[in-house]
Amino acid sequence: MLFAGIYGFVTRRNLLAILISVELVLNAVDINFAVFNRYLFPAQLEGFFFTLFVIGISACEAAVAIAIIINIYRNLRNLEVTNLSQLKD
Amino acid sequence: MNIIFWILAAVIAVCSILTVTTKRILRAATYLLFVLFATAGIYFLLNYSFLGAVQLTVYAGGIIILYVFSIFLTSTTRDEQKAKLKTGKLAAGLLTALAGAAICIFLILTHSFGATYPVGDEVQMSEIGTALLGTGKYQYLLPFEAIGVLLLAGIIGGILIARKR
Repeated sequence: MLFAGIYGFVTRRNLLAILISVELVLNAVDINFAVFNRYLFPAQLEGFFFTLFVIGISACEAAVAIAIIINIYRNLRNLEVTNLSQLKD
Repeated sequence: MNIIFWILAAVIAVCSILTVTTKRILRAATYLLFVLFATAGIYFLLNYSFLGAVQLTVYAGGIIILYVFSIFLTSTTRDEQKAKLKTGKLAAGLLTALAGAAICIFLILTHSFGATYPVGDEVQMSEIGTALLGTGKYQYLLPFEAIGVLLLAGIIGGILIARKR
């Protein structure tokens, strides 16, 4: 799942697809935190809270990134990464 | 329990690969939704019910809706055309993913973890609450406040960036 996310991050050309790949990566890390917490240190809750905070931060990141993407779309009328250099003009 | 875990793991693996390989972006969002549901299922399986509920409400309820709306807002008729991708870049991504996955699978298969089954009961809600709002060791008031401020900044930043001028 993590590597599927990395593959998508490298190969997709659409900004929203890249963002979805980032969500995949974050989810894989979340699962790892929770599982290691539960299997190896069941008396403590560090992985649990780290997962909780990662979920919150990724929500925030997704909201801001989508706001930026909508703004870019309003300026450029498409979302291909190769066109982003037009923003300089 | 074991069967359920394997079903969930299969759903996660297949749907996450489909998420990054499908051409249409709305289908990618739908596959991402399935991945998030299966992740919540794994949390429930680990007896982390609160985490599963947070995953369902925040991710599956909030973020996916946000994605779907933004896909609808920004979809063009030209979206369907295949983006020309340099084969070098495709090969690089594929190579990175496959090499990393191979290393991970090799490490998992050659080393054994201490525990092979989940231990412990359901984490009590009062325990979570005291740990989240305490200031002592292994308590998380400061990150809690920081993430509150971060979410506020995210709201304001989102409005400021996306508003019409």
